[in-house]
Amino acid sequence: MIQLRGIHKSYWMGTNRLHVLRGIDLDIAPGEFVAIMGASGSGKSTLMNVLGLLDNYDEGEYRFDGELYRDLSETRSARIRSERIGFVFQSFHLIPFKTALSNVALPLYYRKVPRRERLGLAAEYLARVGLADRATHLPRELSGGQQQRVAIARALISRPRILLADEPTGALDSQTSREIMAVLQDVQSEGVAVVIVTHEHAIASMTDRVIHLVDGEIASDRRQQRRPALDVPIPGLESTPSRIAAAS
Amino acid sequence: MILFDRDHWQEILEALAKNKLRTLLTAFGVFWGIFLLVVLLGAGNGIQNGVLRQFGGVATNSFFVWGGSTSRPWAGLKAGRWVMFDNDDTAAIRREVPEVGILAPRASRGMPNVVRGTKLNTFRVLGDEPAIFGIESLRIVRGRFLNELDLAEARKVAVIGSRPREVLFEPGEDPLGEAIEIGGVSFKVIGVFESRQLGGSAEWQQQTIYVPLSTYQQAFNYRDRVGYYAATAAPGVSAAAAQEKVAALLRKRHRVAPDDRRAVGGYDIEEEFRKVQGLFTGIHALMWLVGLGTLAAGAIGVSNIMLIVVRERTPEIGIRRAVGAVPVWVMAQIVVEAVILTALAGLLGLATGIGVVELVAALLPAAGTSGGPQMFQNPGVEPGDALRALTVLVAAGALAGVAPAQRAIAVPPVVALRSE
Repeated sequence: MIQLRGIHKSYWMGTNRLHVLRGIDLDIAPGEFVAIMGASGSGKSTLMNVLGLLDNYDEGEYRFDGELYRDLSETRSARIRSERIGFVFQSFHLIPFKTALSNVALPLYYRKVPRRERLGLAAEYLARVGLADRATHLPRELSGGQQQRVAIARALISRPRILLADEPTGALDSQTSREIMAVLQDVQSEGVAVVIVTHEHAIASMTDRVIHLVDGEIASDRRQQRRPALDVPIPGLESTPSRIAAAS
Repeated sequence: MILFDRDHWQEILEALAKNKLRTLLTAFGVFWGIFLLVVLLGAGNGIQNGVLRQFGGVATNSFFVWGGSTSRPWAGLKAGRWVMFDNDDTAAIRREVPEVGILAPRASRGMPNVVRGTKLNTFRVLGDEPAIFGIESLRIVRGRFLNELDLAEARKVAVIGSRPREVLFEPGEDPLGEAIEIGGVSFKVIGVFESRQLGGSAEWQQQTIYVPLSTYQQAFNYRDRVGYYAATAAPGVSAAAAQEKVAALLRKRHRVAPDDRRAVGGYDIEEEFRKVQGLFTGIHALMWLVGLGTLAAGAIGVSNIMLIVVRERTPEIGIRRAVGAVPVWVMAQIVVEAVILTALAGLLGLATGIGVVELVAALLPAAGTSGGPQMFQNPGVEPGDALRALTVLVAAGALAGVAPAQRAIAVPPVVALRSE
């Protein structure tokens, strides 16, 4: 589905060139569940942004279903994002003055889906992430885990082919992290490719494929038998809160 | 279409309601601008009405032509000869100058004594044709004005102003049918009029007594002479042009040099009127300038606030763009927000301004009555002005939104998302 070939990306900090991605080759198949790991500054967030068309790349080729995405206009990439890609962020990024339901419905608003239909679908997706009874709540009235579920519902409502999650559990405690991962495993089982960025091995162990980035290059890319997110003890997650685990 | 979609309005109203204080403060700038503009325009109209009232409904395309002494020899006749008009001139003008609308020949000479019983005073007595009623602005309050029969039969009838009525009659006494003596000749009063003008010109006019021209010529030994002509231009003809035609004809008939303005002179109100109107066009323009300046300050305020708001909302805009908002939509939303804000505040200002102007108009003494400031009459805002102000408002709002909207989409979504 997605093919990256020789992707390079640099940032300029004044006169210093920061070469963040140094020739990334990567294929992601439909319905894959991938974790991207790496130290801070290894380029994992940049890779996500390039994958999500939130940022351009300098060299190489990005193909989606064979179609080359290069130097897209902001309008064009917004359209593609709205049709094919869902986003989940570490800090949820819900619109603070909109209810959970309206937040979930927002992508459909930009796809010109009529209001009634939009809100109906939003209610469905909220129910799927277990928040049917929180539809009229504002983000600040929800717990972190609940906000992240709203964000997932919002990412899914436009039926994307791929869901990009940048540290989706980074701001959550271990139990909530498990719940969120369970939701993502669910999503993946329905055929949506899920790519998460994380620096927690415990979280990565719940995916099918782990890619390690080191200094902007892929250092390892290995498939694994994933652990279920719930019910089974996972080393490193049970004993310590995730943030401490990440720091170690 | 963004303007007709309930969803968009909801999005926009949500965004506006999110920060009420900001919305309110911004709105106040625009409110004040348009309020000032409306009040200024209203006051301008008030002054204009007051001053134009001095013309008091006198036909503004009217003109006068009179005779004087020749200033230089012409056609074998020496200078200093007096030119006097007569009934033949009147007939000639009616026959040969189609540019004239109403023609009213008039006879007048000094201020004769007018007597009734033991009461006596001098008044301005005019020999006129009924047509003068279409030129001077009179309001008949009792009886009637002169008619064609009075003229044809040279009846000894008079229409008196409110001043002779006060002087010659007891309060409450009905002057109709009563006899008054003008210059030793007895006339029957058939009507009483008031002036529709204001101030000095009204007082002057109200001292007048109108009698038929034919009667005047017979009774006061005026033979077939005419003192001067009051006239209006025919529709579509300027007063100046008509006046020139009449004067030219009269100069020819009386063997006066074609350019001798002393021998046959004239004056047209239209020119005067145009000068005054030019003055008001200037005042009007000045008021628009001041009002628009204030309004512009308000709009810049909106723009400023929107810039701050856009910065505040950078993460939100980033989210919107991540979930599929096309730049055009982001721009449209911000521009429409600015327009709504300005338009709503502006409408409120417009309504308040019109309210204040109307209130002042209601408190002023009614037009035409004495007392109250004469130079300030019927202030009001014309619908056209209100509409123009509204158009300017919406345009100002749109302009106010453009810069912030561009700022909003200039930030790449990644950066926008990061800036939390």
